Order: sequence, then C-alpha cells, then structure tokens
Amino acid sequence: MKHLFLILAAVVVAYPFFFMVTSAFKDLLEATHTPPTLLPTKLHPENFVDAWNRAPWGRYFVNTILVSVVVTVLELATACLAAYAFARMRFPGKGILFTLFLATLMIPGEATLVPNYVLMSPSKAACLGLPCLGWFDTYQVQIVPFIASAFSIFLMRQFFLAIPNELSDAARIDGAGHLRFLWSIVLPLSVPALITAGLITFLGSWNAFQWPLIVTSKPDFRPVQVGLSAFRQEAGSSYHLLMAASTFVVAPIVLLFLVAQRYLVQGIARTGIRG
Amino acid sequence: MAAEVIPANVRESPGRRLPVEGIQAWLFVLPALLIIGIFKILPAIAAFYMSLFKWDVVQGAFRGLGNYTDWLYDNSLRSPDFWRSLSTTFTYVIFTVPLEMAIALVIAYLLFQKMRGRGIYRTLYYLPYVTSLVAAAAVFVWVFHPQYGLINDVIGLIGMGPQSWLDEPRGLFELIASSFGVTLPAWLAGPSLALVVLSLVTIWHYMGYQIVIFLAGLSNISSEYYEAARLDGASERQIFTRITLPLLSPTTFFVFTVASIGVLRSFDSVYVLTNGGPLDTTRTVTMLVFKTAFQQAQFGLGAALAFILTLVILLFTLVQFRVLGRRVNYG
Repeated sequence: MKHLFLILAAVVVAYPFFFMVTSAFKDLLEATHTPPTLLPTKLHPENFVDAWNRAPWGRYFVNTILVSVVVTVLELATACLAAYAFARMRFPGKGILFTLFLATLMIPGEATLVPNYVLMSPSKAACLGLPCLGWFDTYQVQIVPFIASAFSIFLMRQFFLAIPNELSDAARIDGAGHLRFLWSIVLPLSVPALITAGLITFLGSWNAFQWPLIVTSKPDFRPVQVGLSAFRQEAGSSYHLLMAASTFVVAPIVLLFLVAQRYLVQGIARTGIRG
Repeated sequence: MAAEVIPANVRESPGRRLPVEGIQAWLFVLPALLIIGIFKILPAIAAFYMSLFKWDVVQGAFRGLGNYTDWLYDNSLRSPDFWRSLSTTFTYVIFTVPLEMAIALVIAYLLFQKMRGRGIYRTLYYLPYVTSLVAAAAVFVWVFHPQYGLINDVIGLIGMGPQSWLDEPRGLFELIASSFGVTLPAWLAGPSLALVVLSLVTIWHYMGYQIVIFLAGLSNISSEYYEAARLDGASERQIFTRITLPLLSPTTFFVFTVASIGVLRSFDSVYVLTNGGPLDTTRTVTMLVFKTAFQQAQFGLGAALAFILTLVILLFTLVQFRVLGRRVNYG
C-alpha cells in the first residue's frame, strides 16, 4: 500500500522525463501520434543532430558553461574570503556588516530587476548621475551581479566556525598569516561545504532565465535556457526536434545532480534555501 | 573544548590582533560587499526612487506616490489589472502550496520509515527540481495539448471529454458545474483551467525540495517520543497526528512560507507555459511587472508594482522570522 503510493508518485514525477527522451527518438509522425506510443518503434538518433543544427546550440552551450563556471568560481572566492573574515577575524563594524548581509537575503530579485536593467543600459543614459554600464549583450552582465551571494557567505561561515581553534593556534605559532591559513588549512577542510555552495550556485546559473532573457538579444551571448525558449517558437511543429533539444539541455545538469546529489541534498536540508 | 584554556585575545586568530587585522578583514569582505552593494542594496533603494517618477526608459517628472495610486485605484486601466493580477497570484498560491505540502509530507513520512529503495525514490522525486522550467514546459505543453495531449486520452478513459488545459480561460468550478448542466455565477468560477495546470506543474517542480526539508525535519524528532507512544499502545495514526505533526510544525511552517514566497515570485513557469494568457487569466504580479517594465517600457510603474510585491513578500519573510525565531528551541 505504501509502496503503491510511492510508485504512483514516482511514475507521475518521472513520466515527463520518459516522454521527453522517448519522443526525442521518434520520427515526427510517431512523436505527434495520439495516443502516444510508449517506446519508439524505430530509433531516430539523427533527431539530435537535426535539432543541434537548427540553432546555434554550440554557441549557447559555450555561453552557459562559461558563465556558470566563472560565476561559481568567483562566487566561491568572494564567499570564502568574506566568510573567513566573519568567522575568524575581529574588525570594527563586523556586527553591522553581518546584519546588512543578512538583510539582503530578504530582498527578492523582483525588487531589483528594473534598476539593475537600467544600470546595464547603454552608457549614454544616466544612472544616479553617472554613465550606465552599457552591458547589454555581454558576458559580464550575466556574471558580475552574481559573483557574491549572502547565502554562500553564511553557508561557508557556519563551516569555518566549526574548525577547531587548535589549528589556528598552531598556524599562528608557525607564523602563518590569515590568507595562508585560509588557503592551506581551512579550504582543504571545507571541501564538502565548497561543493554544496558551488553546486547550488552552478545550478542557479545554469537554469537562469529571466535575467539573461531581458539583457541579451543576440545568440552570441545567450545561454541555453533562453536559446531553448527561442527554439520552441522556431521548431514550431517539429516536436520531436524540440524534445531532442530539451533532452540535451537538461542532460548535463541531471548527470551532475546524479553524481553529486549527496552534497546538494545535504546542503539544502541543512539550510533550507531554494537553489 | 581544550581551546578554552587559551586566552580569548590570543585564541581569535593566527597573526596577532594588530590594527592590521581590521584592515585585512575589511579587504576580505570588500569584494562581496562591493558586488552585493552595487547589484542588490543600491538597486533596492533605486527601485523605490524610480517608482516615484514617471520613467519611460528615461527619467521623467516626479510623481510622488502617483504610480502607486495608479495601480491601487486611480487609473481605470491600471488598477483593474493590478487587483486581478494580485488575486491571480494568491489563487496560484492557494491552489499550489497546500496540495504540494500535503503530498510532500506524506511522501516524506513514508520514506522516513526506512523503506526499501528510499534513496532511489528520493533521487527521482528531486529530479524535477534541478530541471529547468523552460525544458519542462516544452514537455508539459505537449502533455496538456488540447488535440494531441496524453492527459486528454487519460481522462477519456474515465469518460471525460477533452479539455483545452493551458488554452482554457474558463474557471475550474465553472467547467465542473457545466458538465453537470449547472451554470455558476462568475464569482464562483474559480481559477482558470490554465492556472490549475500551472499549479500542477509547479507542484511537480518543487515537490522534491519540500520532501528533502520534511525528511530533515522528521529526523530531528527524537525517537524516544515514538518509543514511548508505542509502549503506551498508540496506533500508527495516533502517532502521526499526536506526535509527528505537532513536533514537525516548525518545519511545516518553514516549508509553507518558503513555498508561498516561491510561488509569489515565480516568473519562469508562467512565462514559458502561458505567457500570462489565456485572456490574462494567468497574468500574475511578476508577469505584470515584466510586461509593464520590459514590454511597455514603463519603468516607473513597473518599479512601483515590483515594490508592492516586495512588501507582500517581506511580510511573509518577517512573519517567518518571528514565528520560527520563537519556536527555534522547539525541535
């Protein structure tokens, strides 16, 4: 009885994935057949090649991978530095600054969307009396605003706080400064937390949609999600090709999740943040 | 801890506490502060500033709270749109969150009993959460397609006629009543069928996340309670309603606020599934912000609307902080 419920729920959850992958291997006639066939009667792997050639997917993937990787690396760097200062250093203004960071977690993205868009406008326009950044259709517009997150700072700080003081005492006696202690002792000990924070950031960056949608207009800089959204119009009734494209957009992140789910699930269970 | 014997002023850090440490610490925090300051804190202030002006692409005349009153009551074109989108947004929340939480709680409770294949189930349920809504929408639009969709075949098996789903502006209750030959008054029509599908897809997408949080909450309940209840001869049902549910309430409340905020903020799901249609029945506040600011280029009005939404979201967040702050020792 319990298993019956779980299996039923599992089928409902998994069906869209099953449908996507099987439809991607069907020909157009079979993909749009009603009622749908369960499995393709004949496999058509060439759909993936067709779909790939219909849009600049190579470009989209390069864009997304570049943006996601750079955002993740830089975000972890800023988070580790700030988290270390908050966890293990004393400095004037620490309490106020920490509260300020905490408060930014309450600002939803919607509140800052319009001003950030204006900030990116061509530099002829004025932003608070200064020239705007002029970053439409660039990589930096998709990278720079996201290379620091209060959430990652908190996650790393919690981890750094738990590192035994004996280690920092030993490092101090050996004459190591903060940066050296952070780099050669703290970070190697924090690999699980780094993976968790990195995965959450990477996932958010890979699936980012609204922001790149409004600040990019050319395929040269568009990420896969916006590319897929455009491809939905373009593919029109070539439904099997749309399913093939959806499959290769979803596949990398699903594979990453299957490999690293332990870290992601633990991190989310511990912090309760939506990725 | 052994570290307690080391005097506090020495213990703090390697590199003695000189004024240098303060400067170094600020340098460590500076990159994050600059980015969060420029792209989060300043824009939040700028959003309020912009909302006080007529601002179509370029800054225009100062309007005071004019943009807000336009949305709330003053403008006969804007304010009906606003109230309708607000009601659509809350309907979206109401038709998503409770059902989503109920399913997630039941699944989490079942998985918690050390079921066989627990890991596989958890992985599977979590999978939609890492999947982009753009890709998911491509599939769901087809599954719910009025002519070719599988769902119409499935409901055909139980004798129901085909529906238009994402293209259906008529209300859920209106449709149910009309199939019995009853005509309902307009105010009882309920959410459009399109909005109901949107809720179902949202549940599909976020359920795994909630299962994970519920599982974490369940594992925080001490097994002594269960053992004591079993010794006293409590039934499974009594254990669930008298022990699990009350002790889980902080988690449940947390999931409730996070899920509600998630739906209040959701843009991707609406944009890719219905784009606000049919007949604007799924035009949520976020969608209205998007259309006002980025399609009609009315930045001032858009910023004002976003600010109103932000206040609603902040209210949920503050209530969450207060309630959970008080109950933090509970679990």
